[in-house]
Amino acid sequence: MKTKRSMVLVSNDAKSQDKGSAKVFDQFSKELAAFNLSEEISLSMVSDIDREDIAPFVIVYPEAVIYGPVKPEDVHHLVEEHLYKGRVATELIAPTKQLTGPIAWIADRKGTLPAEQRIVLERAGIIDPDSIEEYVIHDGYIALGKVLTEMSPQEVISEIKESNLRGRGGAGFPTGTKWGFVASAKGDKKYVICNADESEPGTFKDRLILEGDPHSIIESMVIAAYAVGANEGYIYVRGEYSLAQTRLINAINQAKELGFLGENIFGTDFCFDLHIHAGAGAYICGEETALIESIEGKRGEPRSRPPYPTTNGLWDKPTLVNNVETLANVAPIIRNGAQWFKSYGSASSSGTKVYTILGNVNVTGLIEVPMGITLREVISIYGKGMKNGAKLKLAQTGGSSGSIIPADLQDVPMDYDSFANAGVAMGSGALLLCSEETCVVDLAKVLMNFFRFESCGKCNPCRIGNQRAFQILTKISEGLGNPKDLTDLEDISKWLYEMSNCGLGQTAGSPLKDIISHFKDEVEAHINNKDCPAGVCAMSGKMPALK
Amino acid sequence: MTIETKKDRDFIKTADEAVDMYDAKKEELIPILMKVNQDLGYIPKPVMEHISSRLSVPQSHLYSVASFYHMFFTKQTGRHVIKFCESAPCHVAGGREVFDALKEELGILPGETSEDGKWTLVTTSCLGVCAVGPVMMVDEDIYGNLTPEQIPDILAKYE
Repeated sequence: MKTKRSMVLVSNDAKSQDKGSAKVFDQFSKELAAFNLSEEISLSMVSDIDREDIAPFVIVYPEAVIYGPVKPEDVHHLVEEHLYKGRVATELIAPTKQLTGPIAWIADRKGTLPAEQRIVLERAGIIDPDSIEEYVIHDGYIALGKVLTEMSPQEVISEIKESNLRGRGGAGFPTGTKWGFVASAKGDKKYVICNADESEPGTFKDRLILEGDPHSIIESMVIAAYAVGANEGYIYVRGEYSLAQTRLINAINQAKELGFLGENIFGTDFCFDLHIHAGAGAYICGEETALIESIEGKRGEPRSRPPYPTTNGLWDKPTLVNNVETLANVAPIIRNGAQWFKSYGSASSSGTKVYTILGNVNVTGLIEVPMGITLREVISIYGKGMKNGAKLKLAQTGGSSGSIIPADLQDVPMDYDSFANAGVAMGSGALLLCSEETCVVDLAKVLMNFFRFESCGKCNPCRIGNQRAFQILTKISEGLGNPKDLTDLEDISKWLYEMSNCGLGQTAGSPLKDIISHFKDEVEAHINNKDCPAGVCAMSGKMPALK
Repeated sequence: MTIETKKDRDFIKTADEAVDMYDAKKEELIPILMKVNQDLGYIPKPVMEHISSRLSVPQSHLYSVASFYHMFFTKQTGRHVIKFCESAPCHVAGGREVFDALKEELGILPGETSEDGKWTLVTTSCLGVCAVGPVMMVDEDIYGNLTPEQIPDILAKYE
């Protein structure tokens, strides 16, 4: 297949058809042929992006410029200017949509627009992930070339520090600082690991990056390796992600063949070897020290920290562990500069975040938006509202280890500082939106069931605490609760946080804490009145046998 | 001393293939077990014993690793393994009703294998296809947007 350099989409919804979109399409076809561009530019139809106001319209990728309304007689000019000469035809650009109804206030909001902004998913879905040529054409490996031929390792780290990039795996640790720790750690052998063991329930952002743009991870890993002085690396992929594994293996082979991996990369002295290690089904292996144990061929049980992996990681050597989404930001930052990256997002959190939208909304799926967007915006713009006009009761952010937040927190900007101030965990980017039909006791029970199943069993608070919390919640949901259960759950939550060895145990108690602080009335109704207000819990009066 | 059956010899052959594929390296234990699990559907005891001697790793360590990871089975499974996602996003999207229908249709509980040796039912944490929850996997096939009514039709596809 010949690679197309641009893509033209002509609107084809009912309104556009009324207004002559077919003629516009035909005209494009003719003009592209006249300019001898048919081979290089793909032309297709698009429907329903909810822009009747500018029908018929035309979108040109990769720039994502929207022109509209477009008349057949405009097409010659558009093709000549934008596609032949490469200049955006500003006079035909569509006006920004005037938002109406309950979300109109968004237009007045200062800061970034509520539009999707793709940095890490820029190429996903646009290029053939099995083709290194297509990756290279779309600015691939430019950042690596720049790093290896023009920058010192220290300069690379400074650029990443300057960009204010923070870890996208959940904890939000400043990436540049972590790189600095590994770079300054003593040792002749160092490792770089990409944490692709995405197993936080409700999260599949990393899978999309790995499946859609595997080379972006390889390129960023080589950059990271150069910056910290590592010559060997691993991508630890979930065992369940077999397509991602296949594509990564193919991408690694291609990159080796073209000299972007292996010996003397870009003709320099720098060498970097990269392996894939597939997981075998264990949530806990997303914890970095458990992941390291797993690569060493052991049970994925987290180590005691300190020492941290930055000094004593894989095979006891200094090791950098970064999440997939974090790494995917690295090459774009190097290519475009830290200032460019900081132009997206909010004051405390630069760049974008990939969210997965789930639960009782009309449209579920995945978006990449600037940091600082609010839940209300996500629900109305991308989720297209709650299903059947239901009301939002709560959102669970960041997967099982995240937070359960009530509807009245839906206007808090989603960035690291605002969330931290509101006592909410940013987590992995999963947004589970629940309607009034959700029962908080039932939800907490599901979450605690998850944790008791996934606890590695190494430390007592986590192994016993999660099991005990699940038992108590089951009891409450069967109408057998007593007032002391509430304090017991609070205690377990506190002990899990204070005494567990790793992040899994420390966060496992959050659902307990959250339902008690935000939905105490509902939990008490279960206990005192033997009533489940949402009508979900069985309330059978019998305790089921628990495994 | 035990009498070696043909089945045992096949097991040993599979184990040797997996070990050789990874140059008998101890640190490659997980990929080795994965290969065996893929080929045989589970990791039988004779295979563990053989890998243990080939890699010079204690059997206790092997068993502790094999029993730790959810994708490994240490007991023989049914001809088809059903993994049902129990995580919150699938649960909220109606997973509970689907799971009840599934258990009823199969007549077994999670962790069990049906008497005819056809089905093994296990629950699993997130499969990473949450946008189409509730989700289950039958062998390598993923089914999303499940409703209780679809369960009999889906199961009927498997011999």
